[in-house]
Amino acid sequence: MQIRVYKSDNSGVRLKDLLSEMFSDLKQSRDLAWRLTVRDFKGQYRQSLLGAFWAFITPLMSALVWIFLNASGAVKISDSGIPYPAYVLTGTLLWSILSESVMIPLKQTMGSKGIIGKINFPKEALLLSGLYKIGGNSLIKLCLMFAVIIIFGITPDFRIIFIPLVILGLIFFGFCAGLILTPLGMLYNDVGRLIPMGMQFLMYLSPVVYSASKNQGFLAKIVEWNPTSCLIVTAREYMTGLESSYNLYFTVLMIFTFIFLVFAWVFYRFSIPIIVERNG
Amino acid sequence: MNKEVLIKVEGVSKKYCKDLKKSLQYGLYDLFKPVFFGSKKKGLRNHEFWAVKEVSFELKRGECLGLIGHNGAGKSTLLKMLNGLIKPDEGSIEMRGRVGALIELGAGFNPILTGRENIYNNGAILGLSKKEIDNKIDKIIEFSEIGDFIDSPVQNYSSGMKVRLGFAVASQMEPDILIIDEVLAVGDVGFKIKCLNRISELLDRCAVIFVSHSMTQVAKVCTHGMLLDHGKTKYESEQVQNVITEYFKLFQNSESSTQGTGQASFSNLIVENYSEKTDNRFVFQQSNDVKLNFELTISSEIKKFYVGLSFLDIEQKLVAVANNVQDGIVLINDKEKHHISISVPNLFSSLSYSVTLGVFEVKDYNDPVSLGKLLLRKSDFISFINQGVKLPSYTPIQLSANWEFK
Repeated sequence: MQIRVYKSDNSGVRLKDLLSEMFSDLKQSRDLAWRLTVRDFKGQYRQSLLGAFWAFITPLMSALVWIFLNASGAVKISDSGIPYPAYVLTGTLLWSILSESVMIPLKQTMGSKGIIGKINFPKEALLLSGLYKIGGNSLIKLCLMFAVIIIFGITPDFRIIFIPLVILGLIFFGFCAGLILTPLGMLYNDVGRLIPMGMQFLMYLSPVVYSASKNQGFLAKIVEWNPTSCLIVTAREYMTGLESSYNLYFTVLMIFTFIFLVFAWVFYRFSIPIIVERNG
Repeated sequence: MNKEVLIKVEGVSKKYCKDLKKSLQYGLYDLFKPVFFGSKKKGLRNHEFWAVKEVSFELKRGECLGLIGHNGAGKSTLLKMLNGLIKPDEGSIEMRGRVGALIELGAGFNPILTGRENIYNNGAILGLSKKEIDNKIDKIIEFSEIGDFIDSPVQNYSSGMKVRLGFAVASQMEPDILIIDEVLAVGDVGFKIKCLNRISELLDRCAVIFVSHSMTQVAKVCTHGMLLDHGKTKYESEQVQNVITEYFKLFQNSESSTQGTGQASFSNLIVENYSEKTDNRFVFQQSNDVKLNFELTISSEIKKFYVGLSFLDIEQKLVAVANNVQDGIVLINDKEKHHISISVPNLFSSLSYSVTLGVFEVKDYNDPVSLGKLLLRKSDFISFINQGVKLPSYTPIQLSANWEFK
């Protein structure tokens, strides 16, 4: 028989027990996570005419704006080795995967605020369901990117088989960042407003719509060392057969991402009762 | 197997903050403090109060604890802790077995989706696996009595239908511990009966914590009672009836209101036969009749009149009336002041009652009696509690019958 003990402090809990509890909760939440995902997708598409189109309409539009700006000569963008429309389309689509990943943990948790305060279920289901949703949307976007590559006659090399892994890494990076901010965002809704703004700003600090300039100015350095640059550039390079420039950085970044992900997860679990307490 | 302790609560306390801004600040502090400075501070901070203070109890399988108390007494906070939604600030809670909570019916419903789809959504959140739901779906649909509507979107359901569906799913849980909070307040009578029946089925198998403001339901269902007042256990007993009586004593008399044309007024109310008086509430022994004396002044244009007493229970339900017409008395307004003395046989049980005085003009005393305008209605004319009941029960009236055994 399952025994649960609720006490004020957790000082006695060992890390090993905590981790095994977390993973068992994660395992238990798969059914529910899948159910929630199906529910939300169905709910979303049943009352919509354009359906899955909405998954990529925003990045597509912003890409079109930049393609237009470039074509009209309003902005001059240095050559990147692939046709500009392909460059900007892959950029905005990859960026939309990243920014969606950053926002999803808070969005999922906020969306279930009412239930969290009333029913005890493994909260991992919310996170997992968020990942499923991102996965579904990313698959659509990935197909679109492949279409772009084919249309512009770009020939990728063998590294294209690693692209799902790279994109998974990008998703986890964004998810981890979002997850760390979620408890704070559940207390103060400023966070939920700041994240999209910050992501917009970060987009221009990463080579999404224009390629990194070769000069050595301060700003260029930031763009170069910005972790989101590493993610976008690596994914794009793997997809289009451009030479990899961030291999080591990317590996280190992934290691840190997974370490932080576990921390963020522990913090999230710990924060839920406090959030329920403050939000009713 | 039948008598194991499933719930063990020891000295549990929880503080809450009245001020939202401060509350969020404390939340922030609680979030980051363990990361940087170790455990949380004990004691109250500014603007905080104890929502639950040092509550302890044990509950075995087959027992049902009725948690009662006024709004804000800490019942829901305690339930949230038992359900593991929030952590106690002091003390510890041990829950053995699968916990089912009938708190929010229909959680996880998406209004766009059909009832059938939402059974799966709701069930998944309540911890039922897909297979379990597959096996039970026909039972659920049948229980909900929703019929053909099961395949239309839940947004087209009436609120009653949603609740039915929610309860139908929730009632399929097979918990060891069941937590019920006010869910029976909604739905029509037929549905309520169905719910109560299902709950009584579960009673023997589970340890149940039952929160309701309906004392009739509490008295019917519970084996134990606990009265919470400002977060503290004020009274606890296996005699649920006594706990309910204590609960009623907590209430101040409601503001008494006066209605009517103003053509009648009363004075010099004297209550007799009571044994004590606390806060305007008389305590009667069941062996003594309830006796009221008062004076009534009615303006001269009224020729004939009616006097009646209505007895209301604590839930403001009318349980009994006494009036002069029923007792074959004709009242003529031939004096300036009428001295009225009414003695009512004490058939009341051990609950709390309030009496409303009604005075009407009578147009015609011949059969059928026809009443005219309302001259005076005084609510909470008196209120009283009955004691000395040999066998307390949750019915408002206890009849005295003639028995013959051969």
